Amino acid sequence: MNAGVAAAALAVVSVATAVIGFYGLRISRTTGDFYVASRTVRPWWNASAIGGEYLSAASFLGVAGLILLSGTDALWFPVGYTAGYLMLLLFVAAPLRRSGAYTIPDFTEARLDSRAVRKVTSLVVVLVGWLYIVPQLHGAALTIRITTGLPSWVGSVAVVVVVCLTVVAGGMRSITFVQAFQYWLKLTALAVPILFILFVLAGTGYSPVAAPAVNPTGQPPASLYSNVSLLVALLFGTLGLPHVLVRFYTNPDGQSARRTTLIVLGLLSVFYLFPTAYGLVGRMFAPELGRSGQPDAMVLLLPRELVGGAAGDLLAALVVAGAFAAFLSTTSGLVVSLAGVVSQDVLGAGVGGFRLAAVVSAVVPLGFALMTDSLALAGSVGLVFAFTASTVCPVLLLGIWWRGLTDAGAIAGMVTGGLLCGGAMIAGSVAGAANTPAWLAQPAAWSVPTAFAVMVLVSRATAGRVPATLSRVMTRLHTPERPLATGR
Amino acid sequence: MPDSPLLTAAAVAVIALAIAVVVAVGLKVLRSFRDLGTDAERATYHTLHAASQAGQHLRRGLNPAGAAKASRHLRTLLGCDALAITDTSGVLAWDGAAEEMKPRLMDLAAGVLAGGRTAVLPPGPDGTGTGLAAVIAPVRADSRVVGVVAAFAPSAGAGLVRAAGEVADWVAVQVELAELDSSRTLLMEAEVRALRAQISPHFIYNSLNAIASFINTDPARARELVVEFADFTRYSFRRHGDFTTLAEELRCIDRYLLLERARFGERVQVSLRVAPEVLSTVIPFLSLQPLVENAVRHGLEAKEGPGHITITADDAGAYAQVTIEDDGVGMDPAQLTSMLAGHIDGDHVGLRNVDARLRQVYGDAHGLVIETAPGEGTLITMRVPKSQPGHDA
Repeated sequence: MNAGVAAAALAVVSVATAVIGFYGLRISRTTGDFYVASRTVRPWWNASAIGGEYLSAASFLGVAGLILLSGTDALWFPVGYTAGYLMLLLFVAAPLRRSGAYTIPDFTEARLDSRAVRKVTSLVVVLVGWLYIVPQLHGAALTIRITTGLPSWVGSVAVVVVVCLTVVAGGMRSITFVQAFQYWLKLTALAVPILFILFVLAGTGYSPVAAPAVNPTGQPPASLYSNVSLLVALLFGTLGLPHVLVRFYTNPDGQSARRTTLIVLGLLSVFYLFPTAYGLVGRMFAPELGRSGQPDAMVLLLPRELVGGAAGDLLAALVVAGAFAAFLSTTSGLVVSLAGVVSQDVLGAGVGGFRLAAVVSAVVPLGFALMTDSLALAGSVGLVFAFTASTVCPVLLLGIWWRGLTDAGAIAGMVTGGLLCGGAMIAGSVAGAANTPAWLAQPAAWSVPTAFAVMVLVSRATAGRVPATLSRVMTRLHTPERPLATGR
Repeated sequence: MPDSPLLTAAAVAVIALAIAVVVAVGLKVLRSFRDLGTDAERATYHTLHAASQAGQHLRRGLNPAGAAKASRHLRTLLGCDALAITDTSGVLAWDGAAEEMKPRLMDLAAGVLAGGRTAVLPPGPDGTGTGLAAVIAPVRADSRVVGVVAAFAPSAGAGLVRAAGEVADWVAVQVELAELDSSRTLLMEAEVRALRAQISPHFIYNSLNAIASFINTDPARARELVVEFADFTRYSFRRHGDFTTLAEELRCIDRYLLLERARFGERVQVSLRVAPEVLSTVIPFLSLQPLVENAVRHGLEAKEGPGHITITADDAGAYAQVTIEDDGVGMDPAQLTSMLAGHIDGDHVGLRNVDARLRQVYGDAHGLVIETAPGEGTLITMRVPKSQPGHDA
């Protein structure tokens, strides 16, 4: 691949991200148009921002690679990633927006009136964030290696440096607009090349090398258990992702939080058409990419493989730009929300504390990413979702919808879920992919119900610890608020 | 799809966590072997430690939750079998043995509550009715008896009687401190009310005059201004709630500036830069408007030629940061400091009130930061946490 074109695409995306971050809101206005209404974030913008933040390396590269490898089984990933928002819409979006808490630890502390719960939640949230950043950096490493031939570490380091610089320099002031821009960039970067490829294929009467149902690697299909467990992880895991939940505070009220979620569902559904198309085209026309051992790179390689020439180079550069946008947006969103939690709970308040926390939040996962090497992005992210579903999700759901939750129950449930799911992840890595039974490889189906059960049982046993502030908090969560001053 | 790198990362995290736990436990064990001084020093330490622990829980006055937590520490302090705290109407907390006596305690304490003198009751049917003796000491705050501390032990010696009396007096001091706190809050509320009343006379007079000047020349604008004026007063006179959102406060400032510009014309120029992420941040009611009014009245009114005010609101991590800058006449920093400290009365009552309220609600780290010098304009910065689940806008 033409390394120069790809490198130029990377540079353009990085600079554009930084520039929008710095100058997005620098347009000063005079009182002539002081309307506060014109300054609230419209659901459309906010939904784009959520899409931009949510669609990570796993969605951009991993889903297509998985479809190439395992066909229709892999469709559960995009289905789960999207359907998770339905859960968010139904159970969490509006009450959380009304709670007045800005982070998940803020929420649990306010709901359960306990510092200890806050500490445990903070720990879990930081762990989830770090685990989630690692696959993004792996994706960046893979992209750089495949497209420019530079060593892998360059990609991870480049993402961390760009994110740290923009966050530390205060460039994330208008983070909503940066993320919204990233969504549309990602969509364009996937849609234009695949449409072009389809036109070229249709025009030249290219005949498929293999039938779409043929598995290029000859792997057996996933079991029913694996698919159910994966779906549980993705459905419930979306509820607890720290960087996604923060976005809902940009909505002026609970009602627009719901509308935003509805638009997000649409935006994600449209987006996932394209990785699926890549996977299918890859299966039919370039199955050898699946046997190279790097299915995640398929999206990057397909345009050159099937179109070739200068046009192929340009399309590949566009895909690379989109992929980098995915790493940058998800990582920066995670770093900002982690830095908020770390600076508040560990380093103490203050601008300096936030910057230091941002650097720590980005550098620790960089260390993990450099020490390890990625195999399957979608799988790694799926496991992070399983961990979130076993820890943060039960606290959020029970905290919002059950009056009986106590601080002791919340801590017991989170610790149990975290230990079970984390233990399964570690046991799986020790045993190796080939020797891991399905129930260990996909722990969500039993770790999530166990976490819920422990939380409920311990709360029942410690019913005397229900906080005195319960009724006030619950009223606040569930009654519609007065609208923000937007009318005139 | 198990993925060994990620899992290795998770394993490293867990191992690091385990090491941290071991180190923390080790340090704690080591610390327990340290030399902690003579017996007397340790006794003093334990007494003061128990007292300060209990004191934290009593800072909100005599209430069941605080009393329950404090009674545990007070019982260790007195070394008795059971300890109860009551107010004038009922038992707030009972810690330790013989809880079956709880319903009868108010009867036993009635004399103490009425007379204000410590009572010592022997064990048995003539006294407490159980195997324990009781010392019931009054808690006297501001020369009123507001409750009792009752200590139960097998025998009530002079030592226990004296100590129980001292504990009751100490509880009384904590209750008085709590009352001081609540009267400070009341004072703040009174100041806010005064501030609302204070905005009006000056501003109402000027606004009405400005509107009057438009009635003949531009009736449509005059009508519009009257509506704005009505909306502004409705907001500032509203009765409910100590908090509002940044968006509502900005709207109030918008109306205020519209009226001021009717008077000053193009002499007042305002630019605004607000991050949408912080519009729903909760801030104390009327905490920005006085700052803008200060910029107009003390910064620009005294100055010749046009003046410029810049208002920004930024998303700064866990905080929302609001700045108000004018290029007016500025202030003398020394004078400003003594005015904010309340040593001298100045025209800047609004500034002082906002500063005091911010410190009271969010702590001393969140007071106003004011950068100014004579002739150099003024920059006021305010930082509030975005997350305030306890405050309803």
